[in-house]
Amino acid sequence: RVGTQPSTTPKTVEPLEYYRRFLKENCRPDGRELGEFRTTTVNIGSISTADGSALVKLGNTTVICGIKAEFAAPPTDAPDKGYVVPNVDLPPLCSSRFRSGPPGEEAQVASQFIADVIENSQIIQKEDLCISPGKLSWVLYCDIICLDYDGNILDACTFALLAALKNVQLPEVTINEETALAEVNLKKKSYLNIRTHPVATSFAVFDDTLLIVDPTGEEEHLATGTLTVVMDEEGKLCCLHKPGGSGLTGAKLQDCMSRAVTRHKEVKKLMDEVIKSMKPK
Amino acid sequence: MEGVMQTDAKMRTESGAESSPRGPGCSLRHFACEQNLLSRPDGSASFLQGVAEKSRERLIRNTCEAVVLGALHPRTSITVVLQVVSDAGSLLACCLNAACMALVDAGVPMRALFCGVTCALDSEGTLVLDPTAKQEKEARAILTFALDSVERKLLMSTTKGLYSDAELQQCLAAAQAASQHVFRFYRESLQRRYSKS
Repeated sequence: RVGTQPSTTPKTVEPLEYYRRFLKENCRPDGRELGEFRTTTVNIGSISTADGSALVKLGNTTVICGIKAEFAAPPTDAPDKGYVVPNVDLPPLCSSRFRSGPPGEEAQVASQFIADVIENSQIIQKEDLCISPGKLSWVLYCDIICLDYDGNILDACTFALLAALKNVQLPEVTINEETALAEVNLKKKSYLNIRTHPVATSFAVFDDTLLIVDPTGEEEHLATGTLTVVMDEEGKLCCLHKPGGSGLTGAKLQDCMSRAVTRHKEVKKLMDEVIKSMKPK
Repeated sequence: MEGVMQTDAKMRTESGAESSPRGPGCSLRHFACEQNLLSRPDGSASFLQGVAEKSRERLIRNTCEAVVLGALHPRTSITVVLQVVSDAGSLLACCLNAACMALVDAGVPMRALFCGVTCALDSEGTLVLDPTAKQEKEARAILTFALDSVERKLLMSTTKGLYSDAELQQCLAAAQAASQHVFRFYRESLQRRYSKS
């Protein structure tokens, strides 16, 4: 190639070459190492009108999750279970790539991913959401909205969902025997029984060989493949999401697993700290 | 219309017994393939395995995009239409196999072939490859992989259920071994097709 000097290639002319320069030195343009996450912050319980809420920031990526609990008739094929209905919304305000209107493919895929994580990890036992078998149960509407899209949306959404679920308080409901109506006691609230803590770790594959953790929006665009691993505290995997892209060997997968284990510890520690700081004195 | 060819690709288990009823181990069900059966499109294939969305579409599309040499056909749209004739379990793996065979039949340049393999883990941790619909329902975890033909690398993976890291490696190894049989079947069916004409 005539005229391109790697030492002075600007970012806009050859973004991939610019990037490769950093990768050669085992770091990235924002100064992170290949296995380093961006600064993660979480704010729990900020939305007072929701039954549970959490705001998660992964660098610039900002995602908020709000949970509303409502009554519903239990499903006919499972009369002792409730529902958890997740929905991920990627509005035009978070990135110029999204247009207003019905949810695009990325939002639908993210919603399906969150639904799979809830289902596979058994984060809540659906039987806990049942009030009266066959008659009344809780349905938790989990709305996850992205406020700023800078890559790694799946990790942020999973963390926001987990933190918001830990924040949910459901009032006690009793069925009046005579009137058969539900009586809600708002003074007596209890937290949900969160059985496992699934944490997602996403990787981007570069040039079929290099794996970097927590890709930004630009890195996702330049990557040749992505991989998301969702792990719980016992090291059990509830999701291995690799939607095509360059191939990975078994050994590389193993490296991803070990990084996911350390990430789980980081996230759990952060969340426990925030929840502890919120307890009424 | 090209002739229909049914290639019997039954696999023998380690002990040498016939693979029906299937026990645990790397046994795949009988599969057959028919190519060029539709006259309108450039290439078509029906893939029969066993006597059995936006998310699935994306998985198949991304797998094809990773393998197809798109740079050789700029400003070209390649549409892959998959019609489910019957679902007896391992549907996504069957879709991937059909997509690969159809792309080969159409003469689309690819850097490798790919195949889909499904593994199911039951409550005791026994591995079953290519599960039937019933086995899928009773399984604790179902893992579907797409592997490439050159180095058996993992192109696509989607999983359902809870499983450990060790079980994942075990399933991946079993899937890589089973993929060899699928690729051999591809080769044989293509050889038969082109040797007749």
